[in-house]
Amino acid sequence: MMSWLPENISLEGVEIDRLFYISYYLTAVTFILVAAFMLAFIVMYRQKPGVRAKYTHGNTTLEILWTVIPAVILLAFILVSQNSWARLKFNPPENPDIRVEVTGKQFNWIIRYPGPDGKFGTADDKEFDNQLNVPVNKKVLIHLKGEDVIHSFFMPEARLKADVVPGRTIPLWFTLTKTGKFEIPCAELCGFGHSGMKGELVVHTSESFQDWLKKTWAPPQQASRQ
Amino acid sequence: MSDTTASAVHHGHQEHHQVGFWSTYVFSLDHKMIARQFLWLGLVMMVLGGVFALIFRWQLAWPETPVWGFGWVPDDSNNMPTGIVTPNFYNMLVTMHATIMVFMVVMPILVGCFGNFLIPLMIGARDMAFPTLNMLSFWFAVLGGSVMMAGFFVEGGHAAAGWTAYAPLASVPKYTGVEWGQNLWAVSLFILSLSSLMGSVNYITTVINMRTQGMGWFRMPLSVWSLFITAILGLLALPVLGSAVALLFFDRVFGTTFFNPAQGGEPLLWQHLFWYFGHPEVYILILPGMGIASDLLSVFSRKPIFGYRAMVYSMIAIAFLSWLVWGHHMFQSGMSPYLGSAFMMTTLVIAIPSAIKTFNWLGTLWGGSILFTVPMLHALSFVILFVIGGLSGIFMASNVVDIYIHDTYFIVAHFHYVIFGGSMFAIFGGVHYWFPKMFNKHMDDALGKIHFWLTFFFFNLAFFPMHILGVGGHMRRIYNPMQYDFLKDMQPLNVLITLGALGLGLSQIPFALNFLGSIFRWNARWFRALAQAVTAFVCGLVAYRAAVVASAGLMPAEPAGTGVRVFAGAVFAAVFVLIFAYLSRKMGEMGRAAAQNPWDANTLEWVAPTPAPHGNFGPALPVVRRGPYEYSVPGEAADWAPQTQPLSARAAAASH
Repeated sequence: MMSWLPENISLEGVEIDRLFYISYYLTAVTFILVAAFMLAFIVMYRQKPGVRAKYTHGNTTLEILWTVIPAVILLAFILVSQNSWARLKFNPPENPDIRVEVTGKQFNWIIRYPGPDGKFGTADDKEFDNQLNVPVNKKVLIHLKGEDVIHSFFMPEARLKADVVPGRTIPLWFTLTKTGKFEIPCAELCGFGHSGMKGELVVHTSESFQDWLKKTWAPPQQASRQ
Repeated sequence: MSDTTASAVHHGHQEHHQVGFWSTYVFSLDHKMIARQFLWLGLVMMVLGGVFALIFRWQLAWPETPVWGFGWVPDDSNNMPTGIVTPNFYNMLVTMHATIMVFMVVMPILVGCFGNFLIPLMIGARDMAFPTLNMLSFWFAVLGGSVMMAGFFVEGGHAAAGWTAYAPLASVPKYTGVEWGQNLWAVSLFILSLSSLMGSVNYITTVINMRTQGMGWFRMPLSVWSLFITAILGLLALPVLGSAVALLFFDRVFGTTFFNPAQGGEPLLWQHLFWYFGHPEVYILILPGMGIASDLLSVFSRKPIFGYRAMVYSMIAIAFLSWLVWGHHMFQSGMSPYLGSAFMMTTLVIAIPSAIKTFNWLGTLWGGSILFTVPMLHALSFVILFVIGGLSGIFMASNVVDIYIHDTYFIVAHFHYVIFGGSMFAIFGGVHYWFPKMFNKHMDDALGKIHFWLTFFFFNLAFFPMHILGVGGHMRRIYNPMQYDFLKDMQPLNVLITLGALGLGLSQIPFALNFLGSIFRWNARWFRALAQAVTAFVCGLVAYRAAVVASAGLMPAEPAGTGVRVFAGAVFAAVFVLIFAYLSRKMGEMGRAAAQNPWDANTLEWVAPTPAPHGNFGPALPVVRRGPYEYSVPGEAADWAPQTQPLSARAAAASH
């Protein structure tokens, strides 16, 4: 089943995949044990002539064991999960390498860069529909906003997802580790155009990102002076 | 006390011996009739909800192709022009499939039917505490259901914002284009919540006050415990739903701004309200199934339930904890991550009582003398399928893993395993088991077994691969997976799932034939032959499709060639003949008269005569002298005895 996981492209994804695999092994072992016992019991204890069922109402020791053991396992899982969650969610970076604002609006992602001055809402901001350009191996902080309904910004390969809620700005940060082009589907039903609402995530090498910056914020060409 | 009130009801009925058609079948005050009414409501709605799923599954497997059987729809239709589903219609189908299944199928059947039927009979009462309120609760459900159906006929179509109806999508008409459909959805749920509340009040009062002499709390069957606890959950949760949908209605129709951020409202408020109701709601959906499964496992293992008190306390724990976990539906909603931590912890804690129950079910089987009747097959499936559903819940309980799998098919797989694999199999098991008591007739075993195996197989075929889709990142509620490059490789899974779903739908035909044929005793040779042929045809058809897929693959480049068709045709013929032969040999009389206690079960409903009259138990109420699960008691000749029979001193001593 886990082989269907797309190749991970983020640092955060490493954390998420680790917990995914822990869940998988934990549940797989539990399932195999339960199913094995169940199968064994229904075969061994099927009705046979002359054999009566055992008359017992239970076993307190077993009850305690099978309460405490799952509790301990789950407690460990809670601690591991909480550890990762705190790392992933509690502290938005104060000095990300890249800041972007992404607004979900039926049915597009409107991506806004602050430009060279680093401030949103100034003249050098630039907006794109559905294309997010970022450099590899750099910390990116996205400010997620919503214009109309709740959308969900989802980067499957990066394993990251966060809802976009009108009236709030929600931070989502990550460091991507592979270059390439990836899709950014919307993952929350947002109307008749929900299906197909997707952006393109373009992860550049440092050089190619610099080129993109230069090209995008190139000073306007002088009008031809002939 | 209880008997005087109840006997007043009883005498009231006796005086009006000649009650007319309307009082007997329509506005009945008898809990047993009301239970049957809820059952019909739920079963009919199941067909509608199921058909919706088949249509949108078709769209997912073969996007933008005409759905088989709908080619006649004119091409100016807003919904399915020439049989092709539109995105708007798709969203509506998905919304209404869930809404109908949750509110008009599982709740009416598990809570409305089994709650009503079983509680008075199993505790030795003559009827519910409030028979008129009971009748009203059914008719309010019908009213709510009618309002829900009306939504299909208004302009703009029915609600299309998901059964979860997140604001602002659901609270502002222009975002979906749906006008009165969503409003009627809200009104309907408000009315349905009133129906639930009436039921809850009745069940709680009846269980507390009307248990017969000797029926102490810890001598009640787990079915009753589960329904009692469910009723308490309902009492506290449904008002929250009613309030939430009222606020939604006000935002939509009266211009209030509860959920509108531009005017000081908060979209997340809807989510908190909905899920504060919604999480206890899903325990409402599963707890009665757990109670029924416990009873069936005990009866058909001929053994006391293992850990009866632990089973009771774990259900109470589940109910209590269910109020503390709702935020796990909102991990990625933008709410504070600190809240996420808290809900993650409570959610993982709630897994513990469910684990305890699972181990106790296994303990019940251990050392048993197991009979593989049709109800037992369903009860056994309940256990293993619920375990799968519960285990997939572990993944999403971790808010970290949930970052990835939220709003993917992993979630869809999870809840179908618990609601269908759990609740629905419990429903099938319960219907087969209590059918003799409800209808004074037996369902046919051979048809029942075929229905079971088909359902089990196709259920897993349809829903297990959804875990894989989720792992691959496949989102929920999308109309066309082919619009995404990263999903293209998984499309064969979508085809497989749809084939499974279609098989699952067809598999319910033997159940319908069995159910109806048994109630109405359609034993004319032509009907029996028809039932056998149709069932065999269904099996043959799926075998045919399986053969085609095996030869040509799930996504063949071109339609299957003659050779494949001939081979598949031969497979069809072989399966048809085998199943037809099996049924001809094994199928008994449908609806043959029921024995008083066909399952040799201890609980009080089998002490009442079959058919149970008004007042259930004749002039004297039963007096209970033992627990509900005293099977295979050493020193007793039979491996069962009704709860009215005292335990011998020797047996009481052996009881441990």
